[in-house]
Amino acid sequence: MTKTAARPPAEAIAVHPAQAPPPAGGRGRRRLADQVGAYGFLLGGLICFALFSWYPAIRAVVIAFQKYTPGSSPEWVGTANFTRVLHDPEFTAAWRNTLTFTLLALLIGFAIPFLLALVLNELRHAKAFFRVVVYLPVMIPPVVSALLWKWFYDPGAGLANEALRFLHLPTSNWSNGAHTALISLVIVATWANMGGTVLIYLAALQSIPGELYEAAELDGASLLQRVRHVTIPQTRFVILMLMLLQIIATMQVFTEPFVITGGGPENATVTVLYLIYKYAFLYNDFGGACALSVMLLVLLGAFSALYLRLTRSGEDAI
Amino acid sequence: MSTRTLVSPAALARPRGRAVYWTVFTAVVVLFAIAFLFPVYWMVTGAMKSPDEVARTPPTLAPKEWHLSGYGDAWDLMQLPQHLWNTVVQAAGAWLFQLVFCTAAAYALSKLKPAFGKVILGGILATLMVPAQALVVPKYLTVADLPLIHTSLLNDPLAIWLPAVANAFNLYLLKRFFDQIPRDVLEAAEIDGAGRLRTLWSIVLPMSRPVLGVVSIFALVAVWQDFLWPLMVFSDTGKQPISVALVQLSQNIQLTVLIAAMVIASIPMVALFLVFQRHIIAGISAGSTKG
Repeated sequence: MTKTAARPPAEAIAVHPAQAPPPAGGRGRRRLADQVGAYGFLLGGLICFALFSWYPAIRAVVIAFQKYTPGSSPEWVGTANFTRVLHDPEFTAAWRNTLTFTLLALLIGFAIPFLLALVLNELRHAKAFFRVVVYLPVMIPPVVSALLWKWFYDPGAGLANEALRFLHLPTSNWSNGAHTALISLVIVATWANMGGTVLIYLAALQSIPGELYEAAELDGASLLQRVRHVTIPQTRFVILMLMLLQIIATMQVFTEPFVITGGGPENATVTVLYLIYKYAFLYNDFGGACALSVMLLVLLGAFSALYLRLTRSGEDAI
Repeated sequence: MSTRTLVSPAALARPRGRAVYWTVFTAVVVLFAIAFLFPVYWMVTGAMKSPDEVARTPPTLAPKEWHLSGYGDAWDLMQLPQHLWNTVVQAAGAWLFQLVFCTAAAYALSKLKPAFGKVILGGILATLMVPAQALVVPKYLTVADLPLIHTSLLNDPLAIWLPAVANAFNLYLLKRFFDQIPRDVLEAAEIDGAGRLRTLWSIVLPMSRPVLGVVSIFALVAVWQDFLWPLMVFSDTGKQPISVALVQLSQNIQLTVLIAAMVIASIPMVALFLVFQRHIIAGISAGSTKG
């Protein structure tokens, strides 16, 4: 009772804000209560981001300069982790394989969905069927796709060589040959992931105004000229965006080499992420694993920054 | 919906155009059948062949005798019920945690104007630039020994649930949707005496059904398809989800049994896709136009 008597205006205003212009003290309290409420809603999310995104990012950089064994206190070792990792013969192999994989995935895994979307956009029948079927492999768990293709590539009863024999072509070692292993994995990744690219590109194609094609046709542009001068420029932004997204995704490839080839034959399919995994869980060298992670992070971070920049400027343009 | 595309309707109406159209159409149908449907057919029927038949060259197009025992063996020998259940628990928990915490955080950032809200949103969006897989090792070390409370979440479904909340993409999707809800709708609720939680529950969430659906599907699919993270976190075989168990057991098991297990592992996500195909496809297509 005495409490309310001491500060009647603040209490009254906190309950009935519309009744009178609030004096400064009451408003501040109200604002504080609002803030507490707002942070109550934010808290769970904030803790998770802090623990599992922000903290690990900082920690990767810290541990990269430490000798770290779980359970004992870490020691600072300067750049020793980086020098050790850089002198590992697998390091060069892993980066060469990852970059080759990314490049091949861009050539094969980008050109095919692009052409497919272009053709699908012209078909006027069974539209829903095509969209469902092309996206079906995306919904099959990546581990299952990898195991399925491992079976196809089997040198004995594998379907891949059977298909080549059927076409009277020489058989291949596929994922078991040092020269063909990487491209075999690119095929798997393309098969498994192209559905998303096709659907997104199809949506972009549908946003091209029809008048542009009509005008081009009136000017006597052939089919290829229309693709070159209307379709590609009109979807330039989406093409660039999809390319960057795919580069970021393929640079982190892990499941296919881990399941199908185990990094072999002769390190032909060891990727950077696979090497990170090996350092951490086979060699128990968390410092080396984090040094590698930091390198991958810097490179992919640059690509991501470019991607976000482009999507921002694209949004402004639209 | 028949807008003008690359090929003019006039060209398609001509007999020659029509012939070309149907040739291309047939070619695409055949291509799709071979490239996308045949591998799935091969998997489903391969599991029903006898162990001898599956290893035979040249292979048989359809099983000579149909054995369902491959599926039964996979179910029993590979402890599929347990691994499927583990996956369901992990996926459902991740979905629930994401819905509760991401929605609450997105609502706060969008409508409650917290102090430093811009900074927090910036920090969350910055994680989009940091590719998730590149951080698995320090994330693993964090989960193995949580700061301050020094508890390990290894071999615990919480190791999937909690990191799933730190999903900047889904959070941003929700926030952008909430941003479009006009302020006066929320103010009207406030005048009627609804608290913030009440407003979120009875006004914002019912209005946000489409985006909640998209986020739910993304959350479920992400956990079901993930491999590297559960491989690191669950060393205990009995706790492993189906993806990890398949790879671990693939080494020393009969091929037909493994194939049957692969089919079983694919059924839930493929079924989810076939049921919600229109929403999923529309969601992916919409993502592009928004950039």
